[in-house]
Amino acid sequence: MREIHVDEIRDNVAQICVDAAYNLSDDVLTAFDRAQQMETSRGAQEIIGLLKENARVAREEHIPICQDTGIAIFFVEIGQDLRIRNGFIIDAINDGVRKGYKEGYLRKSVVDPITRRNTGDNTPAIIYAELVPGDKLKISFMPKGAGSENMSAIRMLRPTEGVEGIKSFVLDCVQRAGANPCPPVVIGVGIGGDFEKAALLAKKALLRPVGSPNAKLELASLEEALLRTVNKTGIGPEGLGGKVTAMAVHVESFPCHIASLPVAVNINCHAARHKTIIL
Amino acid sequence: MTSPIKIKPPLTEDVIVKLKAGDRVLITGIIYTARDMAHKYLVDCHNNGEKPPFDLAGQILYYTGPTPAPPGKPIGSAGPTTSYRMDKYTPTLLELGLKGMIGKGPRGQEVKDAIRKHKAVYFAAIGGAGALISRAIRKAEVIAYPELGTEAVMRLEVEDFPAVVVNDVHGSDLYQIGVEQYREIDGAEGESC
Repeated sequence: MREIHVDEIRDNVAQICVDAAYNLSDDVLTAFDRAQQMETSRGAQEIIGLLKENARVAREEHIPICQDTGIAIFFVEIGQDLRIRNGFIIDAINDGVRKGYKEGYLRKSVVDPITRRNTGDNTPAIIYAELVPGDKLKISFMPKGAGSENMSAIRMLRPTEGVEGIKSFVLDCVQRAGANPCPPVVIGVGIGGDFEKAALLAKKALLRPVGSPNAKLELASLEEALLRTVNKTGIGPEGLGGKVTAMAVHVESFPCHIASLPVAVNINCHAARHKTIIL
Repeated sequence: MTSPIKIKPPLTEDVIVKLKAGDRVLITGIIYTARDMAHKYLVDCHNNGEKPPFDLAGQILYYTGPTPAPPGKPIGSAGPTTSYRMDKYTPTLLELGLKGMIGKGPRGQEVKDAIRKHKAVYFAAIGGAGALISRAIRKAEVIAYPELGTEAVMRLEVEDFPAVVVNDVHGSDLYQIGVEQYREIDGAEGESC
């Protein structure tokens, strides 16, 4: 049976925490280029130019792209034939967060919800683990800022509201969010399942490379339709007006109860940070 | 696009009344950081009849919680945070003489009214551009509420800090003006959060 030591998990987690905070991935940089081409006004183009420049400065000077280095969210796939040695995987991930956020000079943004006392090391991380076939460990990390997270919403639609109801809810969320989530955004939409499944799908959708369509054709065409619609709002880069309010809409779905149509919207800012490693 | 207007706090009324939504500014001098908890503390302090830890008259508050300063730098990444969370406290601070605020995202009607009434100005900085913005910050020093960590009040020495006027004393709102130019569908449900 393949084995992995918890120290290896900790050190790799620490490294992706820092990497995600400093280095915006290529899919996002490419989406900036596309957005800049789509914009027609100098003001909006200039804003995208500043975002590109910001990403360059962060990468070269080793400082975070955004001061909100987020609450640490992990999606972990554990191969059922893998044995984790010398400790508990959840502790190892939290140790990695502690190490990465300290050594990378990242902001510690996690507090007790009631006392508002800061935990001091950005733990605990939010960790979703699932068992998968094989003997690998896949760790996907998303530092999620609150400006965009606070604009999330979920609604339990009536089944008869269908696709039109979904579209109108997504549009409503984007309009209400306006400039707050730092557009141009990436929009994660979770459809179906139950209350928390829809929310989880919406979040997980944000892990996909920006602009990569869903493999299911009907969902890919829904993504396109939603993107066209939200980009008619005029919100634009930084909410100061423009054609690119969202760089992409990612939809994920799951079967649901005959009486239900849960829809969740989770928005990511333009600094759509995400990193995945396989150990 | 006109060239940026250079301004220096403390801001006086004659400077403020000339600023219009859409004007770009470069701020040089001292500004203070304050976000959620610091706002609550400042207003609680006023309600208890105590003096705030620094004089707000003519000053600019920057809504930010920077990352820790790495070795050799005065501050880490330091972009604006979303402003609506400060709305509840802003009218009181404007009454106390605050003249400028830097953040991102639209303000509520009560804040916009208070901006007109007290002759103040709300600027936006580029949200999510904390690395770039940090280059305009020369010095940073915690001056109040150190227990709040990144949320403590810091005195920042800035040079040519870039921002754009969103809400001016004439009642204009750059977010509304900008979005209306591009809106192709009904936006009545939108407005604010």
